[in-house]
Amino acid sequence: MFAGDQNGLQGDPRLKAISEAIRVVPHFPKPGIMFQDITTLLLDHKAFKDTVDIFVDRYRDMAISVVAGVEARGFMFGPSIALAIGAKFVPLRKPRKLPGEVISEAYVLEYGTDCLEMHVGAVQPGERALVIDDLVATGGTLSAAIRLLERVGAEVVECACVVGLREVKGHHRLNGKPLYILVEPRQQTNCSAPSGIISSL
Amino acid sequence: MSAYRDKDPRIHGIQSKIRVVPNFPKPGIMFQDITTLLLDPKAFKDTVDLFVERYKGKNISVVAGIEARGFIFGPPIALEIGAKFVPLRKPKKLPGKVISEEYELEYGRDCLEMHVGAVEPGERALVVDDLIATGGTLCAAMNLLERVGAEVVECACVIELPDLKGRERLNGKPLYVLVESH
Repeated sequence: MFAGDQNGLQGDPRLKAISEAIRVVPHFPKPGIMFQDITTLLLDHKAFKDTVDIFVDRYRDMAISVVAGVEARGFMFGPSIALAIGAKFVPLRKPRKLPGEVISEAYVLEYGTDCLEMHVGAVQPGERALVIDDLVATGGTLSAAIRLLERVGAEVVECACVVGLREVKGHHRLNGKPLYILVEPRQQTNCSAPSGIISSL
Repeated sequence: MSAYRDKDPRIHGIQSKIRVVPNFPKPGIMFQDITTLLLDPKAFKDTVDLFVERYKGKNISVVAGIEARGFIFGPPIALEIGAKFVPLRKPKKLPGKVISEEYELEYGRDCLEMHVGAVEPGERALVVDDLIATGGTLCAAMNLLERVGAEVVECACVIELPDLKGRERLNGKPLYVLVESH
């Protein structure tokens, strides 16, 4: 579901500002991809704070004890949300980054597979978890994240992303879990980007 | 400077939550694992609060965090002190135009990148990472910021390994850490 579809956030000017603060970089990492660059959002203190606040307002009363952030851009949003709602933060990482005993979950890329890992013991059975990443595209990474948490007996309450399409693979849910997205990807480069940011065109 | 020496009562709790993992990533290294600190909401909050208390009101407009564990501590600090957050990343991760700074590893070299235009000349910046060892990465981070005309006010880390003398590689820039590990 989109934040802007909900009572209270319809027409919320914060969402428009968040969308406009995200820079579109064409043909990255390869031709045809319009990359949604959230680093420009992080440069806009108000818009970045609003992003975190909208997630915090949604999740603070949902008895969530775990915020799991997907490496690396999920690390930029997850910890602030976790701190505000009193949850722990659990990094979900690429292989061989976490030093302790891990569980791994493979997922499919366009070409080949990749793997997401979580520390054993970080999450207890029965905990209510939020998964956070900057963007959802195919949903492959988020699906792997959900499976990791469920394998240790946690309940994934929702997956939250700053940017995402209205439907992922034709579904509004991922592995049956709800998706909460703030803004849709833009297709145009942003001519009103903050001064000093050079468009890649 | 070290909060450890100042003996703020929150420090003991923070230090006790850091897990040491022997022989990672290779034999002989005692790895300082901050992920266990992140599992304790009070200790994690205390960590961020200690930095925020130090830097709020100091006119710092940029918090630069080093990939990837600097991304965990940097943004909460930036949000609290009213600064922007700038990720400093491994090569080919940032999508826009970048400047790059090479640095030496034990064997070989690596590279840190920052988006062009993210930081303006004259801005006052903080560099954040979870840990300082030899100081090579922090030094590269400072160089990136200084090359675009920013002033690096301080480097801030949760943990210092003083035996590796990283502090001496910071070109005289101050370093603030919460705990030391020998």
